[in-house]
Amino acid sequence: MRRSAMRRLPLRRYMGSPFPLLLLACSFALAGYAGVRLFADDWFSVALWFVGAALVHDLVLLPLYAGADRVVTRALGVLGRREWTVFVRVPAAFSGLLLLIWFPLISGQAADRYRSATALSGDGFLSRWLLITAVLFGGSAVALLLRSARLRRTTKERSPVVH
Amino acid sequence: MSRKPCSPPVPAYGRNMRAPLLPTSPGFWRSPLRGPWFTSVLGVVLLGGITVLFVTGLVSYAAYNPGLSPVNEKTPDKGLLGFYLFVWPTDPPWLYRLTQGVHVTLGIVLIPVLLAKLWSVLPRLFTLPPVRSLAHALERISLLLLVGGALFEFTTGVLNVQLEYLFPGSFYPLHFYGAWVFFAAFVTHAVLRVPAALRNLRHLRDEDSDLVSPAPAPPTFSRRGALGFVGGGSLLLLVTTAGRSFDGPLRQTALLAPHGGPEPGSGPGGFQINKTAASRGISTTETSDEAWRLVIEGPGRTVRLSRAELLRLPLHNAALPIACVEGWSTSDQSWRGVRLRDLAALVGYESDAPPDVLVESLQRHGAFRRAALRDNQVGDPRALLALFVNGAPLTPDHGYPARIIVPAAPGVLNTKWVARMTFGDL
Repeated sequence: MRRSAMRRLPLRRYMGSPFPLLLLACSFALAGYAGVRLFADDWFSVALWFVGAALVHDLVLLPLYAGADRVVTRALGVLGRREWTVFVRVPAAFSGLLLLIWFPLISGQAADRYRSATALSGDGFLSRWLLITAVLFGGSAVALLLRSARLRRTTKERSPVVH
Repeated sequence: MSRKPCSPPVPAYGRNMRAPLLPTSPGFWRSPLRGPWFTSVLGVVLLGGITVLFVTGLVSYAAYNPGLSPVNEKTPDKGLLGFYLFVWPTDPPWLYRLTQGVHVTLGIVLIPVLLAKLWSVLPRLFTLPPVRSLAHALERISLLLLVGGALFEFTTGVLNVQLEYLFPGSFYPLHFYGAWVFFAAFVTHAVLRVPAALRNLRHLRDEDSDLVSPAPAPPTFSRRGALGFVGGGSLLLLVTTAGRSFDGPLRQTALLAPHGGPEPGSGPGGFQINKTAASRGISTTETSDEAWRLVIEGPGRTVRLSRAELLRLPLHNAALPIACVEGWSTSDQSWRGVRLRDLAALVGYESDAPPDVLVESLQRHGAFRRAALRDNQVGDPRALLALFVNGAPLTPDHGYPARIIVPAAPGVLNTKWVARMTFGDL
């Protein structure tokens, strides 16, 4: 008895606990059942899309936007205005998000098909996106101005009391 | 906001101290926002949201009545994955408009949450040792299915609503089977992680997690601010997308979404068009009064009717929307035409026991140039072969000379430019 208990300990360490193992086996079986159907036609392209989506996101898209954010934060930090980061990050991220999602329409690459199928103009998306971007950055600039004005006022009001 | 305004400046990282260069080192990850609480909030939002997406997706699949006829069936090898299929109802008439509008709009709105969630757990991609046990190795493979599956589903969906068919194959099988692969990993992840997520939400302190940076950069954002940022992105997408499910001024608010903005035309036929006559190769010569005849077939009987003869049959009105799988829809349009069950009666069926029908269009290409309707759809008094809309004859783009309109059916089953209807049990 004691011997088997001692043996079980490292086994459990290398295997992990049984419940997740069973759950994962069940999950892989279902994923496999759907997967053979998903891969039935053109398995290589589909696998490329499936795995590629994760890799492109994790190793390209995310490092790009995180890197851009770090550059902005550092640059503003050098200028001594690190607290302005948010006022750049928010409009830039929202604008980038809209571009990412609606890229086929904004870039115009789907414009001909869109116009032909729906009788709607496929040309307005770029200008609308630019206008939204202008409003986002403009709104952010106004918010920054208001904030600076408020900060100036409060420091003026406070300064005689504090010092 | 009780951040002290006069706290001493945090020493700039980088001059004396070097940040670790490799993402496998915990010190590489600098954001003070990462931590179990932030990840758990996003995770719980996705748990609810993706469950709704999955259910509305399965509902949409059922709405096509795929088991009824091979022409409706884009996934003939579905096997047990169609276990839940049911007879798609005709009530309420806005059912598909609601479920599919929710599916697509919610999917778009959840994108910022998904991106934030993936950002919040990225350090774990580089965790060392890469594998601790068999269960850990399998869980990491499962996470590849989870992340790859989520991005695959969102990407194919977002591309499809923009008519940008870049993905390798037909949208229906890719999105449907992909959803099942994703969902298998999603349920597993939820079962393994939700208990910890709920614990994290109850206890706000989370310093002892691998997600928390050991050397955080000074904050530019509070955690609440970060959540507001993510929510703001979702809100922006909601207000620039949701309008595509309504007519008139509300549609104008869908600034970047397909089928948002102004209507394609004015007057009775000025509402949204899925596929124009020109794009489907429908010419006015084949729809002219001289050329066009509707062929109605039943067991042992065939009837051919011109549009003028159809107009002499009893005409009825129905106020019904058009709702597309792409998530856009119109408000109710006022249709006028012949009841489908009256057409079935012309080839020998009792009006109160109508059969299924196979509808064929003049169009020569396209996945849905033929579509099958079930007996409950044929028998609904609002299900019409429409000849008029909003008081005027159909326009070519809305299916002149005659089109199907069925309450609660997905748009593509409302066949335009109808040429032949074959009644009988399918």
